[in-house]
Amino acid sequence: MNAQPLNNSLYRRAMVAIVAPLLALAAFAAPARATTVERVVSPGGIEAWLVRETAVPLVVVEFAFGGGAVQDPPGKAGTADLAASLFDDGVGDFDSKTFHDRLERKSIELSFQADRESIRGSLRTLTANRDEAFEDLRLTMTAPRFDAADVELNRAQIMSTLRRATTSPNDIASQRWWATAFADHPYGRPVNGTVETLPNITIDDLKAYTRRVLARDNLKIAVVGDIDVETVKTMLDKVFGGLPAKPELTPIEAAAPAGLGRQVVVNLDVPQTVIEFGGVGVARKDPDFMAAYLVNNILGGGSFSARLYQEVREKRGLVYSVSDSLVWLDHSALFLGATATRDDRTADTLDVIQKQIRRFGEDGPTADELAKAKSYMNSSFALNLDTSSKIASLLVQFQIDDLGIDYMSKRSAMIDAVTLDDARRVAKRMFDGGLLVTVVGKPEGIASTSTTAN
Amino acid sequence: MSKIPLSVVALAALLAAGATAQAAPDVSDFALANGLEVVVIPDHRAPVVTHMVWYKVGAADETPGKSGLAHFLEHLMFKGTEKSPGDTFSQDVAEIGGQENAFTSSDYTGFFQRVPREHLKEMMAFEADRMTGLVLTDAVVRPELNVVLEELNMRVANNPAARLGQQVDAALYLNHPYGRPVIGWRHEVEKLDRDDALAFYRRFYTPNNAIVVIAGDVTADEVKADAADTYAKVAPRAEIGPRLRPTEPAPEASRTVTLADPRVEQPSLTRDYLVPSDTTAKPGESEALDVLANVLGTGANSRLYRTLVVDKGIALTAGAYYSSTALDYAKLGVYASPKPGVPLRAVEDGIDAVLADVIAHGITADELDSSKNRLIADAVYAQDNQATLARWYGAALASGETVAAIQAWPDNVRAVTAEAVQDAARHWLDRRRSVTGYLVKSLQPEENHS
Repeated sequence: MNAQPLNNSLYRRAMVAIVAPLLALAAFAAPARATTVERVVSPGGIEAWLVRETAVPLVVVEFAFGGGAVQDPPGKAGTADLAASLFDDGVGDFDSKTFHDRLERKSIELSFQADRESIRGSLRTLTANRDEAFEDLRLTMTAPRFDAADVELNRAQIMSTLRRATTSPNDIASQRWWATAFADHPYGRPVNGTVETLPNITIDDLKAYTRRVLARDNLKIAVVGDIDVETVKTMLDKVFGGLPAKPELTPIEAAAPAGLGRQVVVNLDVPQTVIEFGGVGVARKDPDFMAAYLVNNILGGGSFSARLYQEVREKRGLVYSVSDSLVWLDHSALFLGATATRDDRTADTLDVIQKQIRRFGEDGPTADELAKAKSYMNSSFALNLDTSSKIASLLVQFQIDDLGIDYMSKRSAMIDAVTLDDARRVAKRMFDGGLLVTVVGKPEGIASTSTTAN
Repeated sequence: MSKIPLSVVALAALLAAGATAQAAPDVSDFALANGLEVVVIPDHRAPVVTHMVWYKVGAADETPGKSGLAHFLEHLMFKGTEKSPGDTFSQDVAEIGGQENAFTSSDYTGFFQRVPREHLKEMMAFEADRMTGLVLTDAVVRPELNVVLEELNMRVANNPAARLGQQVDAALYLNHPYGRPVIGWRHEVEKLDRDDALAFYRRFYTPNNAIVVIAGDVTADEVKADAADTYAKVAPRAEIGPRLRPTEPAPEASRTVTLADPRVEQPSLTRDYLVPSDTTAKPGESEALDVLANVLGTGANSRLYRTLVVDKGIALTAGAYYSSTALDYAKLGVYASPKPGVPLRAVEDGIDAVLADVIAHGITADELDSSKNRLIADAVYAQDNQATLARWYGAALASGETVAAIQAWPDNVRAVTAEAVQDAARHWLDRRRSVTGYLVKSLQPEENHS
């Protein structure tokens, strides 16, 4: 059931694209009880990470293909997103209606989503229906139809979302941030395209994209639930064995966010002004990554004791929510945050945020803050392991980040190894470099710092 | 703080999902001598517990003129007690790697922590302490009022669809306080103060008006022992009478409301019918409404989506929902967004034709079976998530349901007949019981499409 019929789905998607990697990030502490992860390799050479859990009669399969929206052809932003929206429509001999009927009858949940750098898929089924579910998944992977009627319907739905985004302050703030930070780079394009690019995408583009990106070499898979190793092996070859071995991916250049120190104001007649802010982060492979995660948690992580939350909300009552997250991409690294406030308090709010970030860059965290952040990360891990879907998503992310199947057992020591000097050094590296800020609304006393803006 | 009060936005969706959950095995339900009800839902798959306290008070219990007070107090509950001043509680939750939040609805106010299992008793002690020990000063109350006003800006003022939703509710309820927004009307929220909050707190926050729900890696015996050292020591401080709110008169007129905002790029319409809730429905009636809403509007092959979006091609989306968890009334809603160039009127006619067909001819045996299977499968999926189960039990119990009724839900769904679904459609899908809301860019009719 959907009790929120009028939700703006673009906002949710944009949030997912940013936040998804962080789910994995939250998960660094040692669980009190080990969750056993097995590496399963099929006779055909396809690998999956498996957690067997028989208490609830269901099976979850999560997977991701490296690629995503950065592989959209030039001038056709939104290709990956439109393609992903069509994978569960017509497949093989089944048109869209017949296939949805098959899925709904057995309560088989199948969904796909394009992120900036991956196409993610998710299957959830009752154990009793798992053979049919695997067959349905095989069809989506190997025989999507892209029937013209389905393509046009999905295109129209996405266009509607895109039109709504043109007057949504949150969407505008986010899109303007990415477009400014990565002006000539695929990262600067919206994942679901624009009202200009979406009409350009042809069915041939969708087929070509699918052929190029859905392959075995850039595929990461996790399976959780009531299923044994042999059944997983058979499933892997059956579902994914028909895919080409290698993807044909366009190389993406490394890019640092541009525009640091700049402020871009977009005028929009809304009661509350939305602010997005961000700067340079730390790459996932960087030895300082763990320190970066800790210091970002202290500055603007989700907890109620984070500095930004305390200073901007608790002490001054300026906003309802303020936080920032690390965003790590294959070819860049960022921190990105957002907040919203009244027009006449926008200048104050921005001032407090910028001063807090600058001060944190200069001084870094206190020993006490670092100890508490470590404690949080070490203890919170188990909260990510209490549903099958959460475990499976986490295992896919660990594979994407190339952390190794023993990562869970090493994570705690990696956190403990971060010293106060490390934390201060990394805080300086991240937060001393200036912010790119986008502001959307009718802010008082705030103007763009660049003539190219807006 | 709830900090991010689920109630106002997310909880409706959550409860809609929760309404389809099934009992987990071995649920224990017992009462302490001070009147506190305790529910334990064991799930030993991960060493984690979800600890929730539900107060049986919400926005519908506010004194007229004080709208938003239940939610404002929820925020203020994070301001500390004499024993745990300031944000000691939140600091502790963060340090042990936990998560916390709170939420307010029309019927209840809830607080929860998700923590490693060994910290459960600590959480119980903290919650027992703030059940009656809250300390408020103007220095903390005033900034928090600004936070709530910013929350109102974010959720409502900046969001035309949310503003329309408030107007639909206000028109739907002629007499019952469900017509007031949970977050409150701005002009009343602006005037709330410390005395209002404390008076509300003393009147409603007492163990005999609360339910503790604990789901996760714990047994009922452990909880009983820990409760004896924590919650059991809180003395009741207020008498709680029956929750009697003004009731709705017999509906006589279908109503429409139109919200125009230049920012609306996608027009839409939503129609809510006033129907019975899980708590107020006759036996089997609420489950028949579950099936009806499912057949009408859940999934790509539901009647509304199939007809309007796929076959006629006049809408981009269409669906239906039944939010069944409520102490008094519930809503069955239908909605659609037209394709560019299609007037709202045409989409509304399409919806009416689908509803008329179900009223006249009922649903097929195939639709009945398929929708029951899906509703019951959702119950199995819900067992995969201890937090979902805890919320489902808590919301239902705080809305006047019993554990036995919750556990009987899958069997009650199985027992629904096609005749019962048609009867429900015929009886409840009466336009006089409904409010239709139109979201448009401007009031000029020719612009009612994009």
